[in-house]
Amino acid sequence: MKKPVQFNLNGIHKAIFVDGGENLLTAIRHGVGDTSPKYGCGQGTCGTCTVLIDGKPHLSCLTLAETVEGKNINSSGGLANGPQLHPLQEAFMEGFAAQCGYCTGGMLMAAKSLLDQNPNPTRDDVIEAISGNICRCTGYEPIVDAILAAAQKMRGGSYGGRVA
Amino acid sequence: MIAVENFSSNGEASRALDAGSIYLGGGTLVMRALNYGEQNFTRIVRSSDPSMKRIETHGDKVVIGAGLTMAEILSSNDLSFLHAPAKAVGGPAVRNMATIGGNLFAEHPYGDLATALLALDGTVQFDGGQSSDFESFFASRQNTHNLVTSVTIKRPNLGDFRWSKITRVKPKGVSVMSIAAWLPQSGGRINNPRIAFGAMGPTPLRAKNAERVFENQNLDQQTVTNAIAALSGDFQPPDDPLASGWYRTQVAPVHLRRLLLNEGGL
Repeated sequence: MKKPVQFNLNGIHKAIFVDGGENLLTAIRHGVGDTSPKYGCGQGTCGTCTVLIDGKPHLSCLTLAETVEGKNINSSGGLANGPQLHPLQEAFMEGFAAQCGYCTGGMLMAAKSLLDQNPNPTRDDVIEAISGNICRCTGYEPIVDAILAAAQKMRGGSYGGRVA
Repeated sequence: MIAVENFSSNGEASRALDAGSIYLGGGTLVMRALNYGEQNFTRIVRSSDPSMKRIETHGDKVVIGAGLTMAEILSSNDLSFLHAPAKAVGGPAVRNMATIGGNLFAEHPYGDLATALLALDGTVQFDGGQSSDFESFFASRQNTHNLVTSVTIKRPNLGDFRWSKITRVKPKGVSVMSIAAWLPQSGGRINNPRIAFGAMGPTPLRAKNAERVFENQNLDQQTVTNAIAALSGDFQPPDDPLASGWYRTQVAPVHLRRLLLNEGGL
């Protein structure tokens, strides 16, 4: 039996029906149409499905969809403000922190959660923040560098876009 | 199709649990089974009872609600002695989801926090007032349909409790093994030592042969040497993709020595 679920996705109210036992990733991708979170391992190892639920990172593939009733969810699909990329996205692009790109959405949300709580992270803070996200292309160093560069840019206040 | 049943009290949730249902805490075990089509249940039961999030201190004992997440443990000063094992569980996203109750049911090689709880000499509480010591619980957990509501453990004195997780991947990886050692000392002698290993068997296990060596002894190099020699009889670890049972048996003494003598390692 399908159940109605309402939540805010990237600041926009969504009302959908979900199957019993359906995970949040499926609800976001197929129910809403936001394909920015990806399905990777389905077991909590890779982190590419990471979204923020009420500001904290969660694995959407392991989240029962109906448990997010009334909650605020952010995906990497909501980071950009129209054509203006989020500083994290800009830093990933400029620092070649994405190759195949499959992990990037999860990396961005893990990084956003860190910077929301700690605008001036150390390198170790960044490594810990993305420790649940796997990248098989970059060797991680460009990703860590990009997150630190974005943090520096955001502290400088040069970004005028939406930071959900 | 899976039916999801939400209850406001543990009593209602407990009564709803049967052989065809499963309790969902943080979701990291149940949703994984669903994603892989490996579920042997048709109903998911949940409870929003506030007691599942409690932290209560009674003398030298601490009662922790089974629904407390690893992130919530890390944000509690009262549970600082559990911070190292809680932080060893997954990355930040997993820690925002994974609960103590779930960790008690995590199968090999998972269950790092459960290993620490086993060393801290406590009990598992079920709805209705029954309780079980951790060893009995681990031995029968596959067959239990009782709702785990909390755990009660003893609070160790600073410095008496040690923890280590050995992985092949830094900073985070699945356990090759985890070690929790509680060596309470009185007058310089160790009394009632408890040493638990994770990923050295189907559930967290105590190293009882090694524990016996420590009883009423000093924590010194000779005692540790004697204890690790006794360790070989404590475990028969399984093979898995991370390590063979033989490898685990060979390196367990090395890692126990490093933990107890504060020796550096990988």
